[in-house]
Amino acid sequence: MNKNESEQDQPSRPEDGLTRKGFLTRISLSIAGISAAVMAVPVISALVAPLLESNEALWRPVGRVDEFPVGGTRLVSFENADSENYAGVLAKSAAWLRRIDRNRFIAFAVNCSHLGCPVRWEESAQLFMCPCHGGVYYRDGSVAAGPPPKRLTEYKVRVRNGVVELQTAPLPITSI
Amino acid sequence: MKRFFGRIWHWLDDRIGINDILKPLVDHPVPPRGLWTYVFGSATLFMFVLQVVTGVALSLLYQPSSSTAYHSLEFITYQAKFGNVLRSVHFYGASAMIILVGLHMTRTYITASYKFPREMNWISGVFLLLFTIFMGFTGQLLRWDSNGVWSSVVAAQQLGRVPFFGKYLARLLLGGDTIGSASLTRFYSYHVFIIPTFIFLFIALHLWLVFRHGISELPKAGRPVDPKKYRKWYEDYLKKYAVPFWPHAAWRDVLFSSIIVILIILFAWFKGAPDLTTPPDLTYIHTSPNPDWYMVLFFALFALMPHRIESAAMTIGPVLTVIILFVIPFLANKGERSPMRRPWAMFGVICVFVFVLSLLVLGLQHPWSAEFDAKPLPVAVAHPANPDSSVVAGVHLFYSRGCEYCHKIGGYGGTAGPDLSLVGNRLSEQELTIRIVNGGGNMPAYGGILTQADLQALVNFLHAQR
Repeated sequence: MNKNESEQDQPSRPEDGLTRKGFLTRISLSIAGISAAVMAVPVISALVAPLLESNEALWRPVGRVDEFPVGGTRLVSFENADSENYAGVLAKSAAWLRRIDRNRFIAFAVNCSHLGCPVRWEESAQLFMCPCHGGVYYRDGSVAAGPPPKRLTEYKVRVRNGVVELQTAPLPITSI
Repeated sequence: MKRFFGRIWHWLDDRIGINDILKPLVDHPVPPRGLWTYVFGSATLFMFVLQVVTGVALSLLYQPSSSTAYHSLEFITYQAKFGNVLRSVHFYGASAMIILVGLHMTRTYITASYKFPREMNWISGVFLLLFTIFMGFTGQLLRWDSNGVWSSVVAAQQLGRVPFFGKYLARLLLGGDTIGSASLTRFYSYHVFIIPTFIFLFIALHLWLVFRHGISELPKAGRPVDPKKYRKWYEDYLKKYAVPFWPHAAWRDVLFSSIIVILIILFAWFKGAPDLTTPPDLTYIHTSPNPDWYMVLFFALFALMPHRIESAAMTIGPVLTVIILFVIPFLANKGERSPMRRPWAMFGVICVFVFVLSLLVLGLQHPWSAEFDAKPLPVAVAHPANPDSSVVAGVHLFYSRGCEYCHKIGGYGGTAGPDLSLVGNRLSEQELTIRIVNGGGNMPAYGGILTQADLQALVNFLHAQR
């Protein structure tokens, strides 16, 4: 009698070593792991969403053609492609628009190509100057002096029905 | 009455076990000497608590939305009762925390407390240092004024220099491909939720490790750490010499931290936080972005670094620094701890202090920036006393063509380029012409910008300065 009882009390050990306890442990951890993994998807998505979405480039008006004198450089502003309605003033970016001649325009991002500070146009010196680390650019956007590694980034410009339009673009980032 | 509260206390203590938890912490034995040098760790902790408390208070007043953040900052600074003091305490607390973290790290390095068995104390500490710097950076951005917004742009640019992933890292930071509505929301989440969670976890780990391994004893020359014997030796040392943490050692921590908090309150009350600059508007470009003082040394580094190595320095520099910091306990986890026996380590500490202080001073002066506020040069400043019309024309051109932004004459102008008050003594007219036309170094070439008459007037003017 004793021997029968003790045999029933002992768990039978299968040859491959997976006990009932081991099996249940694995099942519990797997279910917990799967639910955690599933839950992680929207959380990680919130963190990295901006890497995965790409914004289409939109054409934005910046002024009538006759507002811009030939040979002059003017500051213009336009609304970004991805602005939400709670962006407030930050919905807009700026650009330096230069009218080269009657028919040609060129637009530069205000961001210095060194580390992004806004460059100022000095009209009578005909130079763009950056306040941060001493970068200077000529009126055509090429580097005149200082640490910037390359010329000012350009925005695409076109004229439609007498209105000058700029194509939105991401913040210009200088890469290695 | 006293008996009544005494009974409540005993009931709580019995059910919760408060004394069972606190007593070992409060009584744990610590080495008896050098205790004033050990206050910086606890001071950093108290600063963190101050930041959390003032941060929570600020979060009751602050609006983390791009369109309203600046207005809520104005509300906090000018209207909320004690709002300005609150914001100022949070600002000075941040500065204090960065200084104290640096002092604490310096002290533990000088006493080589990172050696066996306390390597993980050092490693968790390095993580805390990085989190603290990131908190300081994101905190400035939350002011979301003109400075804050442009500082985010600069940060994104620095991340952009990382090879392969740069653009993605920049987009991750900004929450999009431009600075916009998502950026501030992100910085708020980083600063208030994500990084503080990690800081809490790592502080818990760091404090547990201090308790587990004990406070390191003051090093002594000729008594190197031997991992095989140290634990036993330390136990015996404590048995012979140790004092209980409370009150013998702790009173210094409490006193020092209280003094720091009082100093911060005094600074906050009398000096106040940095003024808000203009509202955030990326189309307003007449702004000179400036980070808070503890970031200024990087600002100086980027201005002064040789241009061609910049991308490499910006990406490899931080990574290398962090790797070196993590690796220290593994390179030298045994042996002499005394600073007297580690001359190269002490030399390194002095170098770091010299570099950091010089970059800080230079960054605050920023002599490489154009002086956009320069007033037009008065004719009276020019030599000779009665200048002819060509020289007078040169005086006006010196300002209007932007020369004065970078060059000084008679005390007027900027410091990015050499002082030209006596340039007539150094350069001939031909040399002046060549320099102006061709530029060179950090000077643009004016050849395509000046007319012949302008050039002649400038050269006449400059040559007369002697």
